[in-house]
Amino acid sequence: MCEQKIDAIIEKYRGQPGSLIHALVEIQHENHWLPREVLQRLADALEVSFSQVMQIASFYKTFSLTPKGRHEVHVCSGMTCHLRGAAKLLARVEEITGLKAGETDADSRFTLETGACLGSCSIAPELIVDGKHYGRMTPDQAEAVLKSYE
Amino acid sequence: MSEIVLNIDGKEVAASAGMTVLQAAQQADIHIPTLCHHEKLEAYGGCRLCIVEVEARGRKSYVVSCLYPVEPGIVVRTRSEKVDKIRKVLVEELMAHAPDAPELVRLAEEYGADRHRFDKETSFCVLCGLCVRYCDEVKHKNAVGFIENGAVREISFIPEIAAKECWSCQECFTLCPTSYAQAAYLLTEALAFPGRREAHSHAHAHATPEPERRVIPITPVAATA
Repeated sequence: MCEQKIDAIIEKYRGQPGSLIHALVEIQHENHWLPREVLQRLADALEVSFSQVMQIASFYKTFSLTPKGRHEVHVCSGMTCHLRGAAKLLARVEEITGLKAGETDADSRFTLETGACLGSCSIAPELIVDGKHYGRMTPDQAEAVLKSYE
Repeated sequence: MSEIVLNIDGKEVAASAGMTVLQAAQQADIHIPTLCHHEKLEAYGGCRLCIVEVEARGRKSYVVSCLYPVEPGIVVRTRSEKVDKIRKVLVEELMAHAPDAPELVRLAEEYGADRHRFDKETSFCVLCGLCVRYCDEVKHKNAVGFIENGAVREISFIPEIAAKECWSCQECFTLCPTSYAQAAYLLTEALAFPGRREAHSHAHAHATPEPERRVIPITPVAATA
């Protein structure tokens, strides 16, 4: 799907070991996950050893070494969201998507994650889909929001 | 090189600029326990066992001697009640991971560490990084690296590289304080490229015997109850 885009990113940083994290971030953003072959090609192009690429790719939570869904759903589990009903929101989102936190469904439509704190306490409880913030979520509203993502 | 004179355990020790306190102490035959230190490798400061008390300009501080550069006039104490206590707790924490590692057993005796103090977390790896750094800095192969972070951090052999490089090297096995490097390698071998051992012994069954490069026998350590 975006092989060329990945190749372009790798080419852009060819021979620059110091740009490893930048390259990983861009590939992650483009592809939503980091396949092993891509990391191998990146290691060769940037002249960094593969084990060092793996070390960095597995260290940061930003990077995923397993496939992710087309839409990343985050439910905030921070203190404020918790007090304003995040648990019920999460339970409903889990029910709608059929996923537990950290999982991706078989059609790779959604990946569900929790996190604390996602930084928008003033609009708690919060749901984030693909970086778009939905504040003051009720379980019913969450259902409508998630339906709009295919 | 300018000479720097410092005091280690009451002894005047001369060192050159850029040396670490650990190097200066070793030069003067003063023993400081280490786990992650290796003379061929860059100082790492991972195990913290080489912690010493440094008194500089009237202030006491506790620093890891493998990273602390020598300064003129500082007073270093390699053993004090507090240093010993810090080391004891460090050994106890490491023993939660590798309770029977020979070096830890020895250190535990010396510092009176209780191997049962912390709940066992038997990863067998103390993350000293010797194998990882040796493979990188000395062998330039990077066949083994760290993966993950925090509590689940571990060493991992890269099967593609390990299949090519590790058989004829296996040098990290002897560096490892817990034998875990060897175990991790054998696991990788069994999962990713099995049959190597048999193929090797077949091929060399009739050929001139080459120096045996198999697995280093591990002397069993008496369990210290």
